[in-house]
Amino acid sequence: MRAGLRPGLRRGLIELRQAVTGADLVGHLLWPVVTLVALVLLQHRDLGSGLTLGAFAVPGVVGMFVALGMLLDVQYLSADREDGTVLRARATPGGITGYLVGKVVTVSGTVVLYVAVVVAGGALLVDGVDLRTVDWLTFTWVLVLGLVATQALGLVLGALVRSPRSAGYVALPVVGLIAISGVFVPVTALAAGWQAVAQAFPVYWLGLGVRAAFLPDAAAVAEVGGSWRPWATAAVLGAWALVGVVLAPVVLRRMTRKESGSSVAARRERALQRVG
Amino acid sequence: MVVQVEGLRMRYGSVDVLDDVSFQVLPGQVVALLGPNGAGKTTTIEILEGFRRRSAGRVEVLGADPAHGDERWRARIGVVLQSWRDHGRWRVRELLAHLGSYYAPYSTPGHRRPWDTDGLLTAVGLADQARQEVRRLSGGQRRRLDVAVGAVGRPELLVLDEPTAGLDPEARREFHDLVRSLVDEHGTTVLLTTHDLAEAESLADRILVLDGGRIAAEGTVDELARRFAGEDEVRWTLTGERFVRSTPHSTAFARDLFRVHGSEVADLEIRRASLEDAYLALVRRAES
Repeated sequence: MRAGLRPGLRRGLIELRQAVTGADLVGHLLWPVVTLVALVLLQHRDLGSGLTLGAFAVPGVVGMFVALGMLLDVQYLSADREDGTVLRARATPGGITGYLVGKVVTVSGTVVLYVAVVVAGGALLVDGVDLRTVDWLTFTWVLVLGLVATQALGLVLGALVRSPRSAGYVALPVVGLIAISGVFVPVTALAAGWQAVAQAFPVYWLGLGVRAAFLPDAAAVAEVGGSWRPWATAAVLGAWALVGVVLAPVVLRRMTRKESGSSVAARRERALQRVG
Repeated sequence: MVVQVEGLRMRYGSVDVLDDVSFQVLPGQVVALLGPNGAGKTTTIEILEGFRRRSAGRVEVLGADPAHGDERWRARIGVVLQSWRDHGRWRVRELLAHLGSYYAPYSTPGHRRPWDTDGLLTAVGLADQARQEVRRLSGGQRRRLDVAVGAVGRPELLVLDEPTAGLDPEARREFHDLVRSLVDEHGTTVLLTTHDLAEAESLADRILVLDGGRIAAEGTVDELARRFAGEDEVRWTLTGERFVRSTPHSTAFARDLFRVHGSEVADLEIRRASLEDAYLALVRRAES
């Protein structure tokens, strides 16, 4: 198990470099930049209780991009199984550990890039986002715990999805979840039923945790119970992290056990038929 | 003994894909599993690689059961995969050095791992492409990279499944030369599958013919040709008339021909029984 850790770290950094050079960088920057532009345009809309949409949504969007890292895992894992990357890892001693460590490093690095773009852009362009008043300690633990939870869950989802095509379908419920998770508008504006659903998943708590770090305490009135609920945030994100970390090795082992030359060949046939 | 297989059976539902397959591979041998598509070659190889679990039988590869092979065992086996587009954005040298680094913990004073990256790139003829992105390689270059990746851990056993499928004749010949040089210079044991006779003939010391999930025959190229195709074909003309005759002893037959007819014999042609005939005869027999 330990043998693949260092090569995995190197692997993650090499693929991170690939992700931030050339055309790939444009693809990665597109979403945070587009979101930022929308926030800048809508920032002065009043949410009541002295909050503007811009100041409220920047931290929520940071949380959202951490959660979207899950979809990157799903995309990478399904594509890497189709093209034989995972089989290659299986044929190498310690290769699966290296592959997974590498993936988590690459995706986490990409997510941190998204977060940096939104935070820096928000500080420069959105009124009410002030980096001097940010509680960086809270921001760090929310980000780290959130990354562990979403990356572990992303790997589980990625292992369960059968093809790059079905990876697209996984995006739908995740986007739906984001819509009800109070990223752009306080979740208290939603019906109680949706509020309950949102609070079962990590997206809402990531947004809440980052808002707690970014916004003044008075802004907590817009939240459920009028509080930042830091303990509940840690508990829910921690629970999801635990579920992910326990499930991931089991599901991933099952996934890699099925990889063989003939399964890759069969997927290649199907993929070529799709293209042809 | 590098590979020992006894009574191997693989069953999917009620169909036996492999039925009582037994064979051995000795150190330094190049063994080809030859057979038509669907004969069970890939299944056999995937069981030996530890990628697939068997239904029954005893299998030992480098002293361990592949179903329970650990990472140390994995480090002693090289697998040449048919790549498609994995690691497309990696540079050739970068990928090879990276994959090689996984083998470093398994290096011993007597057996250094991994292979020196630049030496290996030169050996497979990719030194000039070292800094190129993998996705920009030609089909033949990419296949040579596959071999380099399979060999980078300096394996004791190298396994190749249909290694030249989709290559043009030129690239195929280069590939054969490459595998032969690996075997000659490093004493690597090689097990490969192919449905191409010429390939088995050109690379293998021993051939196992797999058909319908059973070993239909095994031996050296010469042994198989003699045992199954049997007779050579002799053609000649006598005063303008053409003759054809099949015989197991073509040299003696020709000698008699000259003794009886002397210089009247013309256009003499002897076709030795080829492996191709042997193979076709075998497959026909198995199908009927």
